[in-house]
Amino acid sequence: MKKNGVKMIKINSKNVDVFYGKKQALFNINLDIEENQVTALIGPSGCGKSTFLRCLNRMNDVIDICRVKGQIIINDFNINDKSCDVVRLREKIGMVFQKPNPFPKTIYENISYGPTIHGMAQSKNEMDEIVETSLKKAALWEEVKDRLHEPGTGLSGGQQQRLCIARAISVKPEVILMDEPCSALDPIATAQIEELIDELKKDHTIIIVTHSMAQAARVSQNTGFFHLGELIEHGSTDKIFKNPENKKTQDYITGRFG
Amino acid sequence: MNKNKEQLLNKRYKAEKRFRLYGQSAIFMALLFLTIFIFKIFSTGYSAFQKTWLIVPVTFDAELMMLEQNPSKEDLNDADYYDIALKSMADLDPNANEDQENELKRMVSYFFEREIKRELLNDPSLIGKTKDVYLTASDDLDQVFKGNYPRDLPEDQRRVTDYQLKIFDQLVELGKVESKFNLSFFTYPDSREAELAGIASSFMGSIFSILVCLMIAFPVAVLAAIYLEEFAPKNRFTDFIEVNINNLAAVPSIVFGLLGLGILLAVFQLPRSTPLVGGITLSLMTLPTIIIACRASLKAVPPSIREAALAMGASKMQTTMHHTVPLSMPGTLSGTIIGLAQALGETAPLILIGMVAFVNTIPGSPLDPAASLPVQIYIWAESAERGFVEKVSACIMVLLGFLVIMNLFAQIIRHKFEKKWS
Repeated sequence: MKKNGVKMIKINSKNVDVFYGKKQALFNINLDIEENQVTALIGPSGCGKSTFLRCLNRMNDVIDICRVKGQIIINDFNINDKSCDVVRLREKIGMVFQKPNPFPKTIYENISYGPTIHGMAQSKNEMDEIVETSLKKAALWEEVKDRLHEPGTGLSGGQQQRLCIARAISVKPEVILMDEPCSALDPIATAQIEELIDELKKDHTIIIVTHSMAQAARVSQNTGFFHLGELIEHGSTDKIFKNPENKKTQDYITGRFG
Repeated sequence: MNKNKEQLLNKRYKAEKRFRLYGQSAIFMALLFLTIFIFKIFSTGYSAFQKTWLIVPVTFDAELMMLEQNPSKEDLNDADYYDIALKSMADLDPNANEDQENELKRMVSYFFEREIKRELLNDPSLIGKTKDVYLTASDDLDQVFKGNYPRDLPEDQRRVTDYQLKIFDQLVELGKVESKFNLSFFTYPDSREAELAGIASSFMGSIFSILVCLMIAFPVAVLAAIYLEEFAPKNRFTDFIEVNINNLAAVPSIVFGLLGLGILLAVFQLPRSTPLVGGITLSLMTLPTIIIACRASLKAVPPSIREAALAMGASKMQTTMHHTVPLSMPGTLSGTIIGLAQALGETAPLILIGMVAFVNTIPGSPLDPAASLPVQIYIWAESAERGFVEKVSACIMVLLGFLVIMNLFAQIIRHKFEKKWS
């Protein structure tokens, strides 16, 4: 989004290096993410795009041998700083995973979990409202409103993924990270999710990792191309797809490798 | 070339057929052994659930009982029943001499006096009247009536005399011998007399031991497993601990008995022969079983669930307590029940800490001396009397029934509460 013609930067990463044990997975990544836009990260398998995504909400902490260097600045605050509280960070930065992973609980409980642990609802009514708006935003309300208290794992794959998106937006995050959210879904479910992403960018900044260049072209405004742990090129999606500067980018988007 | 291929294919089919046959015969063998085992136990044990009673007319003679007119309840309680008991047995044969009267007395259990007393306390109006009273037959006659006793042995090799057999046969002909369900097997404690021995003390002892074992082993094991699996760093030290937990599971149970003897009894001076000490000793044994089961079921929770919770901003503790642990509970609980079932069947460590003592009271708490079911089997199997042979099998049946119920429960928990993910 542009304010007074100036791009608003939500996330600013400087010199990010990531190591898995001795192996370096990301090399000196400098990438700015624009607010209320969809940024797609593309590149062949193993190029580090998911690793970078997981740096943004410190999910790499879960992996014992993973070390992250450099600065990632969100709201003027370096999240790689020791003083950063990951619980609060992850409240601000939601995540949707490759495979739908609803909790084996009811649909209602899946959505209410985040607001409950962060103390966002004072009463049952407020919680009901959060659940309803989250499901509506995720375009799932009409399908599940009569069976909120049935297990979330009983939904179809596409519905489960939208449930996970609803769960992510229930705590009103500023940023939503999506790690190949459609790779386990059929084309119809994929289309629904893509439509949803377009809708969500009004309120949230979205970063999506995708394997499908067509999807990147459809949903994103900005694109970053990763190759072998390096950020080769980034810019507006139009420019990357129509007029790439780097030869590797051109080869990749024209399907010569990857 | 083509022929070779054909031969190879045939060979492969034949190998598969042979393998199926081996598998089927293995299962057949296992079933055969199981059937023989169960048949043997049931065929020897079922008769222990029946008990033989002699129906003897008893005259409640106030004078012989040293009772005044209109006795109070207390008077009845303090009255002397031995003489009327003796008299009613002696009256079975009016021509009996003193030796024979003694033999007559030994046809019933030494409890006969109390059985007569109970009859009168239930109905004080019986004073001065005569009533047929059921008296527990001695274990030898019990075995004779059940057909387990070789009557054709020479008399000096038998524990029942010809005279006793004669009187007994007369009673049988008169219909004064009856076989009824042996309730006392479940309600009486152990006894030196086979006809009076029951499993109440050892059953309660087992229950108390298992409860103590559960209360100690379950929380310790679950906390250890959660910490090791979810929180502990993976390094050499935790690897070392893991190896040692697995080793602990393989330690022979008698070693734990020695530990209980040397530490709980000798150092801490806990009361010996009690379910408390037995339970603590058994909990040491059960601990590794539960830890291993709990860790395995924690491992089986898909990492995607943990990631989902973490990405929602749940802390490590919340992720573990809200999601991982509840999801691992079915596996943990069924592992716990199987561990407890193992502990229930354990004999050796209990013998070492003194739960093998002869206990003829029913324990009311884990601090009272008690035996346990497997130890009871061991004690009875050592006894010489014929009456104990069927008791051993009957006790095994009770223990097996207990174990089957526990394992069934473990299965039900696993199937019913196990969550299926996507």
